[in-house]
Amino acid sequence: MYRYDEHDATIIRERVAQFHDQVARRLSGEISENEFKPLRLQNGLYMQLHAYMLRVAVPYGWLSSAQLHRLAHVARTWDKGYGHLSTRQNVQYNWPALEDVPKILAALAEVEMHAVQTSGNCIRNTTSDHFAGVAREELEDPRPYCELIRQWSTFHPEFAALPRKFKIAVTGSPRDRAAVQIHDIGIRIVENEAGERGFEILVGGGLGRTPRIARSIRDFLPKADLLSYLEAILRVYNEQGRRDNKYKARIKILVDALGVDAFREAVEAEWAEIKDGAMKLTDEELARVAKHFEPPAYESLEGGDALLAGKKLSPNRRFAAWLESNVEPHKVPGYAAVVITVKSPGRPPGDITADHMDAVAELAERFGFGEIVITHRQNLCIPDVRIDQLEALWAELDALALGEANYFRATDIIACPGLDYCSLANARSIPVAQRLTERLHKLERLEGVGELTINISGCINACGHHHVGNIGVLGIDKQGEEFYQLMLGGSSAEDASLGKILGPAIPSDEIVDAVDRVLDAYLSLRNDGERFLDCVRRVGTRSFKERVYV
Amino acid sequence: MSESNSRPSILVNGQISEDAWRSVDDESPVPSEGDVIVSLARWQRDRPELGDRLGRTAVRLDPEHSGRELADAFDALDMIVVDFPKFTDGRGYTIARRLREQLGWRKALRAQGDVLPDQVFFMQRCGFDVLALRADKSLETAQRALSAFSVSYQGAADDPRPLYRRRPEGVVRSARAS
Repeated sequence: MYRYDEHDATIIRERVAQFHDQVARRLSGEISENEFKPLRLQNGLYMQLHAYMLRVAVPYGWLSSAQLHRLAHVARTWDKGYGHLSTRQNVQYNWPALEDVPKILAALAEVEMHAVQTSGNCIRNTTSDHFAGVAREELEDPRPYCELIRQWSTFHPEFAALPRKFKIAVTGSPRDRAAVQIHDIGIRIVENEAGERGFEILVGGGLGRTPRIARSIRDFLPKADLLSYLEAILRVYNEQGRRDNKYKARIKILVDALGVDAFREAVEAEWAEIKDGAMKLTDEELARVAKHFEPPAYESLEGGDALLAGKKLSPNRRFAAWLESNVEPHKVPGYAAVVITVKSPGRPPGDITADHMDAVAELAERFGFGEIVITHRQNLCIPDVRIDQLEALWAELDALALGEANYFRATDIIACPGLDYCSLANARSIPVAQRLTERLHKLERLEGVGELTINISGCINACGHHHVGNIGVLGIDKQGEEFYQLMLGGSSAEDASLGKILGPAIPSDEIVDAVDRVLDAYLSLRNDGERFLDCVRRVGTRSFKERVYV
Repeated sequence: MSESNSRPSILVNGQISEDAWRSVDDESPVPSEGDVIVSLARWQRDRPELGDRLGRTAVRLDPEHSGRELADAFDALDMIVVDFPKFTDGRGYTIARRLREQLGWRKALRAQGDVLPDQVFFMQRCGFDVLALRADKSLETAQRALSAFSVSYQGAADDPRPLYRRRPEGVVRSARAS
């Protein structure tokens, strides 16, 4: 993974000092709250219903075990003993005191971490595939490009006061686990007809009040031009994006307003002026950054897929189910990538205790190469585990209550903080997720239904990504009562689509039954081996509606 | 900006200096002597008269401008001013970089309006060398903020080279060495 050189370390050290000074000037009254707001936001400090929330950047989700141990330390020392994994692969703390934040940032800086640009109207942490570098079908490891984007976007002097937040995601695999089509800019590594590698560039995706699937504005961009092209897009957005209405300020609205062709022309015109300048990436720089992501020292192992297939026949049904759902084929024979879901009955989705952080960090050292990835679906991943050690790893995870076999299953729910924490929400999200998990967590039910995503948002701002859940749940307020709207057929993968509303909103005490009936409907409507999403797409929502609104 | 002489001091190349400039609105007469700032509209309307002054003349751009409006007027102007009506409106940074890096403006470039100490580091990088802070803000704090960072990743108006073109040749460290 990427390790800081002296420049990176200097920048983060100076950032800690800068923010320390800004907090002191805020506490002394030299800076008003209004003026302090963008400063604290660009340092990840968000005001929630009860307290500040601090969002720590985890570049493209990648952590060393030392960093995860440090996150546990922060949770214990300055928070309430837990943290929260976000859908953009970051870590959030819900209860820090403002005066402690400079101390937290200093503690993070010691392990090459920070909270830079995790909030505010700037370029946010770049996200990527949690199986980057190990996925079997991957064309090329996206992490070096994520890191180049991280460096380019960090304290970019021109783009610190954009019309609105700006999110970039990169995938190097045709299977999209990074949701690139719902980002302001989505980047896919592709190969052109001449066999050269480059990027397809998509713009204008996003959820919120105006959900949009991103549109392609360039089929092929040479690697050396990545940063100048991004700069051209950002410049067009910075100048032309709307600033009069925050709900119309994202780039998707600009792309809609101009039309994708006019938007592309504006970008290409801006790019023509800078593409041959100093931003062009040098071979040395591409090589320098790529070197940080060289494969670890894999052993040469026998067995591989056959060994994994054999283990799935294990008489231990829970272990076998876990292998089926949580273990991903790996580029290197004899290895697998393992997803550790932190979702099980009684836990808010994405929350993880300091003890669990420490335990996973330690397991990653013993069973992997000391690296852990936070996934877009708010879980953890150990990317390199020997297949012959999977059973031992699972036994330890199971003893920690982290051995749940539910990755991409009905209880692997994404939920926003909702009305329990968030001042924007109209309804609670976490209790609905917990009630659904309670109902659906039995292994037979999870295995019977198979691959399924449920995403829950507590308001139309859509932080729980309800539009792109196979089942989306949106909380609304009806005269002070919590109601929930159901949507079916959404996806944030390579076949991205927005879900369709199933019918009238459902009262809170009936929503779990309604989701249960959606699953029953699927089981009766599906063809052999057909995924939930494919079934909805084939039969349409009407057949489901008849079976859910009874 | 309204005409005012209430701002006695500004930062010029990081040094606290007297502000010799005065803004003249679109309807008031422009004195023939002294250093004045006029709006782009006024400049476009009264260019012959303004070009004939004894004192120095600057034109103020607003966020909706691009900077290209003045590309044919560089010889006639002594300074370009970019107004920041709200510090959260970042369009002025793009205007500054375009003036400096693409249009080749070499003379003074002034940021004024809602200019706060915590913005000046980025403003300086985008090419502003004159910083007229909001009247209630500390010039000393702003002066300190100009050196908040000793190294930057990106190229900008202060140095077009990104960090990867400033690194000493051959410094390719092994990621797994540490």
